[in-house]
Amino acid sequence: MNFYQSFKLAIQSIMKSKVRAFLTMLGIIIGVGAVTVIVGLGNGMKNYITKSFESMGTNLITVDIQGRGTSRTISVDDMYALVEQNPDLLSYVSPTAGVSGTVKIGNKNIKTTRVSGVSEDYMKISSSELTDGRFIQYVDVLRRQQVCVVGSYIAKTYYSGNAVGKTLKINGTAFTVVGVLKEEAKSEKLSSDDVIFIPYTNASKMSWTGTISSFVFSGASPENINKAVITIKEALYKVYGSYDYFSVVSMSEMLDSFMTEINVMVIVLGAIAAISLLVGGIGIMNIMLVSVTERTREIGIRKSLGAKQKDILGQFVIEAATTSALGGIMGILFGFLLCSIGTNIISSLAQETITVVPSFGAVLGAFSVSVGIGIIFGFLPAKKAAKLNPIDALRYD
Amino acid sequence: MTPLIEFKDVYKIYKMGDSNIVRAVDGISMQIEQGEFVAIVGQSGSGKSTCMNIIGCLDVPTQGQYLLAGKDVGMLNDNQLADIRNKMLGFIFQQYNLLPKLTVLENVEVPMLYRGVPKDERFERAKKALERVGLSDKLNHTPSQLSGGQQQRVSIARALAGSPSVILADEPTGALDSRTGRDVLHLLQELHGEGNTIILITHDNSIANTAPRIIRLADGKVVYDGPSGGKGAVVQAEEGEAAVL
Ligand SMILES: Nc1ncnc2c1ncn2[C@@H]1O[C@H](COP(=O)(O)OP(=O)(O)OP(=O)(O)O)[C@@H](O)[C@H]1O
Ligand SMILES: [Mg+2]
Repeated sequence: MNFYQSFKLAIQSIMKSKVRAFLTMLGIIIGVGAVTVIVGLGNGMKNYITKSFESMGTNLITVDIQGRGTSRTISVDDMYALVEQNPDLLSYVSPTAGVSGTVKIGNKNIKTTRVSGVSEDYMKISSSELTDGRFIQYVDVLRRQQVCVVGSYIAKTYYSGNAVGKTLKINGTAFTVVGVLKEEAKSEKLSSDDVIFIPYTNASKMSWTGTISSFVFSGASPENINKAVITIKEALYKVYGSYDYFSVVSMSEMLDSFMTEINVMVIVLGAIAAISLLVGGIGIMNIMLVSVTERTREIGIRKSLGAKQKDILGQFVIEAATTSALGGIMGILFGFLLCSIGTNIISSLAQETITVVPSFGAVLGAFSVSVGIGIIFGFLPAKKAAKLNPIDALRYD
Repeated sequence: MTPLIEFKDVYKIYKMGDSNIVRAVDGISMQIEQGEFVAIVGQSGSGKSTCMNIIGCLDVPTQGQYLLAGKDVGMLNDNQLADIRNKMLGFIFQQYNLLPKLTVLENVEVPMLYRGVPKDERFERAKKALERVGLSDKLNHTPSQLSGGQQQRVSIARALAGSPSVILADEPTGALDSRTGRDVLHLLQELHGEGNTIILITHDNSIANTAPRIIRLADGKVVYDGPSGGKGAVVQAEEGEAAVL
């Protein structure tokens, strides 16, 4: 008896009791569906994060200084000197001084907009482009000119595109708009288009400490980015005498650590979902044991007609594997359904398009695992059937 | 010439607890030649089915030797026994024992399936066997759509299609009315006429008389082995039974 015939028998036997077969498969369906959607979710998040990092540029290094309470502090000039001393490692630096407070355009108060104080090099670091006017220049920084560059969201929403020359107020101080940045994120609220840049010298005046504590560097080449991080760290260590007062992180490191976090999440959730596969396997074993008992007479007849142990074993193992493989296929379809539902829900919650996409590898893996479960959990009942004594099996009612 | 079937002092003993021992087959020796038609007859519980299960390699004797075509069956393993059942033996059971999910044709094909006969040949042989028993118009029916007599003829076709050395029939007419029963017996007689070896098991003397040779069992022992030849065998048989009782 060959595989095809055993397979045909298995299909016949499954079709004979569809409801039972479906209930048997349910654990596998849920397990495979859950694994598919979890892996898909992980992929969606990874794609989204990679994309947003790519738009920022992966050879950026951000420096945050928490060194409060120490007498010595590092100055903006020290940071510029660092770039000059290491031209092979670093290209540009800009302070990134966050300004908290409110922005007022006309008589509207805007709370969502991110206001940062930066240098004239910031545009090169962030590789952004202008659609109108100019960026902040060295003289603006030097003379604390009250000028600003706005993101496309601000320009579109509040100035219907014509922002250059207009004024807005940040914490009561008037700034003149001198440039508009090119759209990066569909000009949505809270996105990277909902920003205002001012000279960092103005920003530090507005913050209550009066010091600058965040910087962004651009690396000279992606290969040397780790070396650049080390160089900055060492320079800061000389000032603060400890690695605890600052953090220096490259975007690629940050991306890596995000990816690791997502992978861990996918593995943990996937493992939980895989328990359902185990339960599904036990369900299959249970039903196969019942089926062997119910079909004892059939087994006896087949043995009296010359079926060998391996024929009976094959018949039942293939039946179990077919059942769980069918469950696996349904589970994959179920997973795809969940993925498209998930895409809709997440995208509407996050106001960003995050596509939940199951990977081909995960789908193939889930399918193979479900077939494997059928074989493993079908083996015991099949062995029991194969070992039946023909005369006892024939007499069984 | 070696006999096709030979029992050398065969016992089948069941132990039911410590003291209760059932001697289902109690020291039987016999020989059956190729091409014979033998009826094994006896009262209920006399050990006929146990005998047939041993002949059919479905069961093994507790003691003694069973030689099939000169080979000691006791020395064979599970796979070899399955092979013998598949190639040398054709079973006809009282309860037909057809597989309910398969069609008539598929049922007849099953033994050839386990033998690895190619699809086309399987189909041809199964069709021919079904024609032989007069069921060529029922190939795609399922067993439940047939009458008892027709189902029994399917099981005869199944036994026949594998061209076995021996056809074993245990009470083949037991579940049939007397007219259909006679048809089935007539079919067995014809198959014997065509050269098949047939062993028929029954408790009914008149059915046993369709076979030229009768082996009569009582309490697991052979009490008569000889030609059916009308009255003589029956009288002798009754004397034999009386002697045991
Ligand atoms: N598996 C078993 N365990 C114990 N005793 C058994 C077993 N099988 C058969 N027997 C006993 O062996 C004896 C012979 O049984 P067997 O089935 O061979 O009789 P039979 O001649 O075929 O009877 P019938 O005409 O009723 O079918 C009986 O006494 C029966 O109870
Ligand atoms: Mg019997």
